[in-house]
Amino acid sequence: MAAPGGYHVWVGAETGALKGVNLRKKQATNFGVLNRGGGVCALCWGGPDQSELLVASLDRSVKLFSTEKGKFTDSWQCPGGDGPFCGIATHDSAIITCVESGLIRVWRQDGTEPLELEAGGGLCRMRQDPVNQQRLGTGGKENALKVWDLERPREPVFRAKNVRNDWLDLRVPIWDRDLQFLSSGKIVTCTAHRQIRVYDPASPQRRPVMEAMFGEAPLTALALPPGETSVVVGSAHGDIAVIDLRKGRVLRCLKGVSGGVRALQCHPLRPLLASCGLDRCLRLHHLGQGHLLHKVYLKSRLTSLLLSTHQDWETEEEEPPPPLEVKEEDEDALWDAMETVATAGNRPKKRKSSGL
Amino acid sequence: EKLAARKKRKKEREALGDKAPPKAVPKTIENQRVYDETTVDPNDEEVAFDEATDEFAPYFNRQTVPKILITTSDRPRGRTVRFCEQLSTVIPNSHVYYRRGLALKRIIPQCIARDFTDLIVINEDRKIPNGLVLSHLPDGPTAHFRMSSVRLRKEIKRKGKEPTEHIPEVILNNFTTRLGHSVGRMFASLFPHDPQFIGRQVATFHNQRDYIFFRFHRYIFKSEKKVGIQELGPRFTLKLRSLQKGTFDSKFGEYEWIHKRREMDMNRRKFHL
Repeated sequence: MAAPGGYHVWVGAETGALKGVNLRKKQATNFGVLNRGGGVCALCWGGPDQSELLVASLDRSVKLFSTEKGKFTDSWQCPGGDGPFCGIATHDSAIITCVESGLIRVWRQDGTEPLELEAGGGLCRMRQDPVNQQRLGTGGKENALKVWDLERPREPVFRAKNVRNDWLDLRVPIWDRDLQFLSSGKIVTCTAHRQIRVYDPASPQRRPVMEAMFGEAPLTALALPPGETSVVVGSAHGDIAVIDLRKGRVLRCLKGVSGGVRALQCHPLRPLLASCGLDRCLRLHHLGQGHLLHKVYLKSRLTSLLLSTHQDWETEEEEPPPPLEVKEEDEDALWDAMETVATAGNRPKKRKSSGL
Repeated sequence: EKLAARKKRKKEREALGDKAPPKAVPKTIENQRVYDETTVDPNDEEVAFDEATDEFAPYFNRQTVPKILITTSDRPRGRTVRFCEQLSTVIPNSHVYYRRGLALKRIIPQCIARDFTDLIVINEDRKIPNGLVLSHLPDGPTAHFRMSSVRLRKEIKRKGKEPTEHIPEVILNNFTTRLGHSVGRMFASLFPHDPQFIGRQVATFHNQRDYIFFRFHRYIFKSEKKVGIQELGPRFTLKLRSLQKGTFDSKFGEYEWIHKRREMDMNRRKFHL
């Protein structure tokens, strides 16, 4: 499903522009009108074929963007609740939106009343389980992790419990900034108090199964690399690290980011990590070796990103060689015509061109 | 050996006379600066839009008048106190308040309630000022600088008088990158918009190799092209350590730019401001 121009990464910025970035040519194109009031809050794919994007903005509008046509095709207003969007997802051609005050709404296409869920105030993130699309997870400031099932909107399926009081017998504050669903059913969250926690809804224990601390800055973004034995976290100081989930140790630090990280995403097949943040740059790191592959300066502060997994990086590379081969054949024909006239000088040249 | 080569070149140049090739420009670190991709292009409309709608827009649209609060860290000592007083004469519409055991996070809502637009905190170490936190108040960016080479008024060799109450002009030199632009705008928003040319005073923030030099002068035009300047007021140099989005919050703040020594200082020819 190649988009026109082959955009590998879609990034949303605070100025309201949706940017498509082509990593081969290191270029970015802006889509959408620049509007500070309509800054992008969340992005998600419109469906598994990744041909459409849903863009949720600060002015409470959700726009549908088609990657093939290269423009916004539809837009809806999603009022209700207070605060900016903190999560957007799709399920069965219905859009699920979540705002900071805790109101989750499922908007259906046929215009019936949206299904509503109250998840508590101060939410920071809502995500959908990629395996079981009916389950949603929510977390926020003083709002512990809750897993909701859309069939039962009254009560959460799993409600996490805070850890025990620390060594001074003080209550540990909660501030879940980002969460991700693992394929085994467990949930990983990262908090602004520098903790990374793993919860298991299947076990009777409501407290986190594993907890690890990292860094001195609040952790703002979380991503899952393929393999699921580790997580990648990004902090407000620009430290990105790969942390092992079994022991809680730091495996690798990815350097180069100088501002707070807002969004991270890993490629499901290749060892790639895309990161974007307040330093106005999109960076692609190699997960296994940790070096920087691509860095693109995009002129506004970035808030969210989506990696296009259908885009094949290899197919792009084959395009430049074909024109060269065509030229080689023309040259061969030219030399063939001339060979009868002058033999000695042409032989080495012809050998060289045919070798290529 | 080098002297011999230089003498030879000079002789060749004199021998050729008019036809000599132009003098080779010596390589300096500023010449060899690594091209920074974040350098602001004046025609770029996205950056222009970003700047027109950021937190300084009310100031640049002349909707707010700057009102500045200067304070220090706890229990300031002699030099810092005198430096604060001199700084408040340089920056018009500024007030100096002393802090005795008050947390910055509690001062900030009070300042916003009293219509202050900027907060300057001068950090002190062993009786000399060494840090500066400049925070634009209604939820604006906060810049944290390391301050060095502070010279008070009586240490500057000149014969001039005290600066008057006139609003000075502001000169911002060499802030080319996007980060430099943000910092430059922060400095510009400290001073009121309409400089009074009668006062003939000028405050200069000159950026070179990521160090910002602050000077305050009074100028006189002796003739069409000759200007005499007299340095008055304190002088100091600043180096940006971090730029935080939002007001001063060391624990939970989100940083737009942090100076990371191991990563950023590796190349001698790369600068960020």
